[in-house]
Amino acid sequence: MKGSMQPRRFRIDKVYWETDDTFTHELIPIDEGRFFNFHPGQFNMIYIFGVGEIPISICGDPDINTRLYHTTRVVGDVTKRKQHLKVGDLLGIRGPFGNGWPVEKAKGRDVVVIAGGIGLAPLRPIIYHFLNHRDDYESITLIYGTRSPDKILYRKELEEWSSRLDMDVSVTVDAAGRTWKGPVGVVTKLIPRIISNPDNSTAFVCGPEIMMRFTAVELLKRNFAEQNIFLSMERNHKCGIGFCGHCQLGSYFLCKDGPVFSYDKLKSYLSLKEV
Amino acid sequence: MENLEKILSEHPFFRDLDEDSLNLIVGCASNVRFEKDDMIIREGDKADKFYIIREGSVALEIQGPGKGKITIDTLSDGEILGWSWLFPPYHWRFDGHAQDRVRAIGLDGKCLREKCEENHDLGYELLKRFSQIIDQRLQATRLQLLDIYGIPS
Ligand SMILES: Cc1cc2nc3c(=O)[nH]c(=O)nc-3n(C[C@H](O)[C@H](O)[C@H](O)COP(=O)(O)OP(=O)(O)OC[C@H]3O[C@@H](n4cnc5c(N)ncnc54)[C@H](O)[C@@H]3O)c2cc1C
Ligand code: FES
Repeated sequence: MKGSMQPRRFRIDKVYWETDDTFTHELIPIDEGRFFNFHPGQFNMIYIFGVGEIPISICGDPDINTRLYHTTRVVGDVTKRKQHLKVGDLLGIRGPFGNGWPVEKAKGRDVVVIAGGIGLAPLRPIIYHFLNHRDDYESITLIYGTRSPDKILYRKELEEWSSRLDMDVSVTVDAAGRTWKGPVGVVTKLIPRIISNPDNSTAFVCGPEIMMRFTAVELLKRNFAEQNIFLSMERNHKCGIGFCGHCQLGSYFLCKDGPVFSYDKLKSYLSLKEV
Repeated sequence: MENLEKILSEHPFFRDLDEDSLNLIVGCASNVRFEKDDMIIREGDKADKFYIIREGSVALEIQGPGKGKITIDTLSDGEILGWSWLFPPYHWRFDGHAQDRVRAIGLDGKCLREKCEENHDLGYELLKRFSQIIDQRLQATRLQLLDIYGIPS
């Protein structure tokens, strides 16, 4: 917990615009200890000096600890200000926080990663992890759904992963023009096509809550066990370390006990009303 | 024919259908193939067939206002294309174009309709199975409308 209330300064080294409203910052630590270690699925509290602090997932390769990556979608006050920061500007960062994805539990199993929209950001580190430790896992499947082709994040990585023979990648969009040659339809529609054995599979899901709800229902229909479906939850955060109660969901503090939970722990909090 | 019977009997859509009904269906079936970019169905044309896609993918398209053609769904291996043959006035409501080479089994809708009129058990079985597909597509369309990747307000 040492230093978890005290931000460390990072310098923006590169800015990548992924889509019209989503950008990635590549950051370099400038304070004591030039390294930043994290576990896939953890997040940081990012302080924009004079503006405010927001939780953002760490989306880089967990085996690279000299650079830090955050992908942010512009939605409100703080993210709007964050988008105007330039190369060389400084940010304050507290973290890493949260439990992260339970990669150890998936060892020796088929892994299915299902992302919706900005939810690919918290999942990118787990994909790097699976590929860095390829022999520890059986098949790797990534299903990524987003609104339209121009909203696709991390195009370069998706192309690279799609070209691999040891990983199965599907990207689907809600609607598209003729130039799009991939699948069209919501992400849940691709789940029945997963060629894996549910008894030996673990699913990692991240996206807006409604997308995760319907994805979980579809996985359960495919006989996935509730405890083998992991979801990452987002709620408003303030302290990030279990003090303030802002992120409370039932008996859990999402920042400390989460943000990742297995479906059996979360199901009573996710409304399953039929559409 | 033997081959068609085997393919149809193993397809999930026809799972557990009795042999007589399956034989009637096989009588209305044929193997078909489309090349990339072929129009398989065209909005407004007579809907006299449906297809079980064996390989390849088909984009369902509609004309968006001022936007050209918009793909609203894609169907691929194992999926069923078309139910307009079941409902008057038996016209396609979408275009369906082959995104790559498509191999499918085409089922003659008129032939099947006649057989269903004569044999209501077969008609009921087919309607039950199509209703399930229509329900799945309706659910998927509702999710598309909800914009499930958007920012909650
Ligand atoms: C653990 C965790 C990890 C996160 N990781 C990322 C990430 O990697 N990338 C990223 O872009 N965002 C991420 N978020 C969401 C991000 O923290 C919020 O978008 C941000 O706090 C909004 O701040 P704002 O001041 O710009 O918007 P506000 O003015 O606070 O809100 C503006 C609008 O955005 C909506 N909004 C606020 N918070 C969220 C949220 N958590 N999810 C969806 N909509 C929200 C509000 O309903 C409102 O309509 C994460 C959140 C959590 C809790
Ligand atoms: S953000 Fe304060 S308790 Fe979780």
